[in-house]
Amino acid sequence: MSTTAEHVDHADGHDGHEAHGAHEPHVHEHKPDSYYVKVAIILAAITALETSTYWIDFGPFFLPALLTLMAIKFVMVASLFMHLKGDSKIFSYLFYTGLILAILVYMAFLATFRFFSPT
Amino acid sequence: MADIAVHEPVSDGHAQGGHTTSTGLSNNKMAMWLFLGSECLLFGGLISTYMLYRGRHPADAGPDQIFDIPFTSMSSFVLLMSSLTMVLAVSAAAQKDDRRTNLWLTVTALLGATFVGGQVYEFTAFYREGVGFTSSLFSSSFFTLTGFHGVHVTVGIIMLMALVGVNKRGRIPGDKAEVVELVGLYWHFVDVVWIIIFTLVYLIPT
Repeated sequence: MSTTAEHVDHADGHDGHEAHGAHEPHVHEHKPDSYYVKVAIILAAITALETSTYWIDFGPFFLPALLTLMAIKFVMVASLFMHLKGDSKIFSYLFYTGLILAILVYMAFLATFRFFSPT
Repeated sequence: MADIAVHEPVSDGHAQGGHTTSTGLSNNKMAMWLFLGSECLLFGGLISTYMLYRGRHPADAGPDQIFDIPFTSMSSFVLLMSSLTMVLAVSAAAQKDDRRTNLWLTVTALLGATFVGGQVYEFTAFYREGVGFTSSLFSSSFFTLTGFHGVHVTVGIIMLMALVGVNKRGRIPGDKAEVVELVGLYWHFVDVVWIIIFTLVYLIPT
């Protein structure tokens, strides 16, 4: 069950020397199944911690803690399950550009509607 | 037992699918990531609209009254576990193990169907409590956001089942591992969107 398969993709095919100058060779490594199970266990534990905020009062740490846990889960799934970590950086740029653009645009949108203003 | 398989480097300008590309990367994969980046904008719009209108509801029909956090937590856990089974399917496809690939794809689809079933149950319960699509700005934005996500999960289930069917007939064109990976990317995206919805919509009170 614990099999490791490794894709080594050279963008140029000349032992790592870049032919086009715009990209670097990347290693797409498939980890053993046990690795993904461990990641899933950590994600499940974080979800349990998030859910515990429904019953336990974390006081002023409530909101920052929830947002931090959410960000950790997001990055873990994107990096480890979607293989952004170890894959070509171009894929990360494409995805995170969309994400950051969305965050900026909609923060501006909410600010326009005085969402962040104290009532 | 660690059985290590190393795939040979891809030759000059050839992506994993075998076709020549100017970047040396698969155009299909590039297109999928571009699509997922654009999906961030779609869900960003829906989430921010919900955030704006979540306080606009009658006193007895707001999120704090109708949400069932333990139930939604279980749904979130199911969807999270479907990401695990999906990555196991991608791993099995990379190892050219068709039997395990089909098994994990089917399990992923079943977990996805469980999640959608939970969402249908939740919507029905809200409707019985008098919270319909047009009841308030809160309910409209909530049903639109979670409904859009549910449709994405349903499309993902259809893609998974189609992939199993085509794989069983041995009719997947091009690089089979890449096709499974592309469907996997879509599925994981649906999961990361839910990670955000679960926290911002369900766990943070008005």
